[in-house]
Amino acid sequence: MTTPANNLVYERPEAFTETPTHYCPGCTHGVAHRLVAEVLEEMNITDKTIGVAPVGCAVFAYNYFDVDFVEAPHGRAPAMATGVKRVLPDRVVFTYQGDGDLASIGMGEIVHAAARGENLTVIFINNANFGMTGGQMAPTTLPGMKTSSSQNGRDVETQGYPIKVSEMLSTLEGVGYCVRRSLHDPKNIRLAKKAIRTAFETQVRGLGFSMVELLSTCPTNWGMTPVNSLKFVEEHMIPAYPLGDYKISDAIKQIKI
Amino acid sequence: MPKELWKGNEAIAEAAVRAGLEAYFGYPITPQTEVLEYLSRRMPELGRAFVQAESELGAVNMVYGAACTGVRVMSSSSSPGVSLMMEGLSYIAGTEVPAVLVNVMRGGPGLGNIAPAQSDYNQAVHGGGHGDYPRIVLAPASVQEAIDLTVLSFDLAEKYRMITMLILDGAIGQMMEPAEMPEMKPVHRQDFDWATNATMGKRERRLLTSIYLNPLDEEQTNLRLLNRWKEVQANEVRYKEYFIDDAEIVIVGFGTAGRVALSAVRTAREQGIKVGLLRPITVSPFPTERLSQLTGQARAFLVTEMNMGQMLDDVQLTVRGRVPVEFYGRPGGVVPFPDEILNEIKRINSAPTAGHTDARDAWLTRMTAQV
Amino acid sequence: MAAKGWIEVSDTYCKGCELCISACPQDVMELNMSRLTPKGYHPAHTFKDGCTGCAICAVVCPDAAITVYREITKVNTPVTA
Ligand SMILES: Cc1ncc(C[n+]2csc(CCOP(=O)(O)OP(=O)(O)O)c2C)c(N)n1
Ligand code: SF4
Ligand code: SF4
Ligand code: SF4
Ligand SMILES: [Mg+2]
Repeated sequence: MTTPANNLVYERPEAFTETPTHYCPGCTHGVAHRLVAEVLEEMNITDKTIGVAPVGCAVFAYNYFDVDFVEAPHGRAPAMATGVKRVLPDRVVFTYQGDGDLASIGMGEIVHAAARGENLTVIFINNANFGMTGGQMAPTTLPGMKTSSSQNGRDVETQGYPIKVSEMLSTLEGVGYCVRRSLHDPKNIRLAKKAIRTAFETQVRGLGFSMVELLSTCPTNWGMTPVNSLKFVEEHMIPAYPLGDYKISDAIKQIKI
Repeated sequence: MPKELWKGNEAIAEAAVRAGLEAYFGYPITPQTEVLEYLSRRMPELGRAFVQAESELGAVNMVYGAACTGVRVMSSSSSPGVSLMMEGLSYIAGTEVPAVLVNVMRGGPGLGNIAPAQSDYNQAVHGGGHGDYPRIVLAPASVQEAIDLTVLSFDLAEKYRMITMLILDGAIGQMMEPAEMPEMKPVHRQDFDWATNATMGKRERRLLTSIYLNPLDEEQTNLRLLNRWKEVQANEVRYKEYFIDDAEIVIVGFGTAGRVALSAVRTAREQGIKVGLLRPITVSPFPTERLSQLTGQARAFLVTEMNMGQMLDDVQLTVRGRVPVEFYGRPGGVVPFPDEILNEIKRINSAPTAGHTDARDAWLTRMTAQV
Repeated sequence: MAAKGWIEVSDTYCKGCELCISACPQDVMELNMSRLTPKGYHPAHTFKDGCTGCAICAVVCPDAAITVYREITKVNTPVTA
């Protein structure tokens, strides 16, 4: 590179491998990945991090981060991460899970990992559907929202109501840090990154279970352009899933980043 | 070490601790719960990991996670709980990481009961989780053997990067017997070249997964597992023989059914009947070669099990009609008395064996007539 | 006077999703319709002067495809997302 280094404002994080992601163009899974990579790098913890990949579109997350990774069965990432962390308490262990993975099939595992106060970090991608399998209804699908398995729109009478995971988990004593952020614009992306940083700081300091729920897009299954998908998040997802800090323990409030 | 009185389940727990168990994850279920209870006290005392999981699903996936880091890890459960663990077992098999699982079997299907049974032989040996994978299955018949096989199971799991299951029934799990514990082994973390324990800046990153999207890669994985299984078959078959040298009738039975059969064999011998017992200790790999040899000597086989005839199929596959095979089973959580098996021995000894009737059908007819 | 900056968009990573284009406060980005990446996407590029090196495009890029530079007037600390 001929450019002097101090001209550099932003470059691809080193915590990433060189592998391009398999995500659809404009899918904000990629943004969430990038933020995690930036945080690991900034905290200088890539060497001691072990990731746990989900089943969902992020199944190949392990190809993109330059850290050790294991691949969990659908929904079981928090249990697997518990196994890893309990025998290697000085490592940094995180799961990366979609809403089908975490809030549907894996609801038992996430609730109990949180209740036990497992010292893990969970990156939770709420895109209101099962992306990987072709856009079926997820527990987080909005009322009235059309998906391939709620083709006339989610009918809450027969298909139930969305689950607000952050609100729910924040009631648990073992949870140190639990917030919801969104990836729909630069300002919110910055806030999301700060939250991810705080979540990992929580773990590094042994302050309990930490989770960042990220409102994310699925342009392919929503049938929208990436740009319109961001608008959908802003106009429809955020009202249903209000952004905010659902639980930040006092000890974590003291953390200065 | 001197012999002490040990309860089967607690003996397994302590033996695992002494073999260097670093993490245990489980969920209560009778008749296995003492393993969990014992370790809930013992593991924290030693600064090792213990978690009572939210379910067997949780437990097996915690085992999976810990196994990926290369430590000695196990879980234990009983039949319905093991069913829930099948997902995890398949993933563990597909990822080729070592793990130990103890199944203290009970009567089934469904909720069944909590009485001793061998109803999960097929699940352990042939079936269970999805996909094509072998696994090692050990079947102790006494508290001492449960201890020894627990220790062995960790070595085998690590050597072959394979699930090793111990299947026993509630009788062995609950019984008190004098037994000798091995010495306490210090925890020794092996430096496996596959373990995902974080790079610590010293090596390339590692990945453990069971996903092989390209069928050709999956096929290679299947073949790799099979080749490893061939090694297991060649090196790890274990069984015990009793009164076999001149035996004309050979009983084949594992675990408690084998043990009860041994009492019957002793009595029959006192009465001059030339009967012996082959007790498989590894029900997987099955002692096929030895059994095949015995077809040249025995004029009849009698398979005894505490189920409807699951190992029976494996015996028949090996014997391949060369010698008549008979069956006596007590399913549902019923433990046979030695007298019942003695009667079978006498029946086979006096009657020229029917030979061509299906062993299970014939047994069913006799059972139905009895009830 | 606004800082002068420039960006490089990697052909390896860019998927032509246009998120950077709609986020760029200076409206200096577009898809380059005369080029295709090896994966068959029209990559993003700046089509006119005015880039300030604000890195907003990089902050929204899901594929970490953008490297951002800024002309030095004083020593700056790298801005991260
Ligand atoms: C036990 C099991 N059931 C079902 C599936 C199929 N499956 C794969 S991914 C998925 C849903 C993933 O959705 P989500 O977690 O929301 O992730 P996204 O793709 O939306 O990021 C399902 C149902 C599976 N792999 N395993
Ligand atoms: S299917 Fe949806 S969630 Fe999955 S990569 Fe494509 S856009 Fe993203
Ligand atoms: S946001 Fe990234 S991937 Fe999308 S068009 Fe811009 S540079 Fe390309
Ligand atoms: S650095 Fe700022 S001004 Fe320059 S292209 Fe990117 S968003 Fe536009
Ligand atoms: Mg989803």
